[in-house]
Amino acid sequence: MAQSTNSGYSAWLKRDLLLAYRRRGEAASPLIFFVMVSTLIPLVLTPDPARLAMVAAGLIWIMALLATLLSVEALFASDYQDGSLEQLLISPQLLPMPLLGKITAHWLTTGLPLTLASPLLGLMLSLPLSGYLPMLWSLALGTACFSLTGAVGAALTVSLRKGGLLLSLLVMPLYMPVIIFGTATISYAIDGVNWLPPLAILGALFAASVALCPLAVAGALRITSVH
Amino acid sequence: MSQSPLLKVDRLAFERDDNCLLDKINLSLNPGEIVQVEGANGSGKTTLLRLLTTALQPSAGEILYKGQALTECRYQYLSDMLYIGHQPAVKSTLTAEENLRWMVNTDGGVKCADKTNSYVIAGALAAVGLNGYTDVPCYALSAGQHRRVALARLMMTAATLWYLDEPFTAIDKQGVSFLEDRLRQHLSQGGAVVLTSHQDLTLENVRTYSLNPQAGQTA
Repeated sequence: MAQSTNSGYSAWLKRDLLLAYRRRGEAASPLIFFVMVSTLIPLVLTPDPARLAMVAAGLIWIMALLATLLSVEALFASDYQDGSLEQLLISPQLLPMPLLGKITAHWLTTGLPLTLASPLLGLMLSLPLSGYLPMLWSLALGTACFSLTGAVGAALTVSLRKGGLLLSLLVMPLYMPVIIFGTATISYAIDGVNWLPPLAILGALFAASVALCPLAVAGALRITSVH
Repeated sequence: MSQSPLLKVDRLAFERDDNCLLDKINLSLNPGEIVQVEGANGSGKTTLLRLLTTALQPSAGEILYKGQALTECRYQYLSDMLYIGHQPAVKSTLTAEENLRWMVNTDGGVKCADKTNSYVIAGALAAVGLNGYTDVPCYALSAGQHRRVALARLMMTAATLWYLDEPFTAIDKQGVSFLEDRLRQHLSQGGAVVLTSHQDLTLENVRTYSLNPQAGQTA
């Protein structure tokens, strides 16, 4: 039993990574969006480093959120259309494990690249040097929360033809705590305050999401797949 | 007590939005038996198969597997079942081999003994006439070849119960006769099949099950 749940996780993880690799252009679009918008900000707001530094943390987080929101909608869409999702639902494995594999693949192809690209954006937005390490940590945890909670919304709206807006409305409130403590982590560090407490809360949010979201996604898919 | 059948469907009903799609479905299936579900378009053939696979929950009635209710033997039942639906679950950006490998991997290792061996996978693809197409991305394949990728699962599975929804769609004559051979072999090994098809099968002892066309029309 343990072995079969395990193989479900890795089989779906590998497959989704392979799919993302085959469609690199599509998979890279959130990252390109993230980088493009942040090059525009100094142009349209102000190139003054001191003033940019004040808003840098918030801007980076808003862009990370929007970039994830763009990609999370497609998480189950193609599997739903081609019947793979149905095969998953009737497989003897425990449903949350393969789903966690899919979500992990989503984070590895969106959240992780965003996190790794963020120092570049920090540079463009004149983020003070003390903010870089907290930014990397908080983005890594926060984008994982985005993928996990976003998957619940994606599962609930998968059978709707135009679920994009509804998905945003559903998951936005769940993204609020993440974005609040994420920006707090960076701005505390810039202000020279201990930035570990807000990061710890992000960690707690992540732990709760890992434990609960796959179960919620499984339940949501069982409901929506009826149609 | 007489031996309980492999699968017994007892007064199964399914409603959607107060619309009764299927009602009083009774069916019993023993090892070595094949049932062809017949009915007009929209009479609920696919719905019936999806009910049998537990993808849909019936609104009344129950399914018994070897005499046990599914709530008691869900894992065994799902491990012993193979379903190929209307949509063949073939990813067009993956190659035939990658698709098949993924499909048998997600079967949880219970339905297939030798799942990681690429010779076995290549053999299964060759058996369905996709020899030389193993490394071709599936978007370059025709509709019938797509279907054959999904049907290659039949070569690798150890499941007893097969639910096949329109398996002959887009398949050429040669493919049909191959598929019938495979079904014959499966039945002789004690397997059981429920399939939907508008085609007349050349298999022996096919029982047909007609769905009542009025059932889908009650408002």
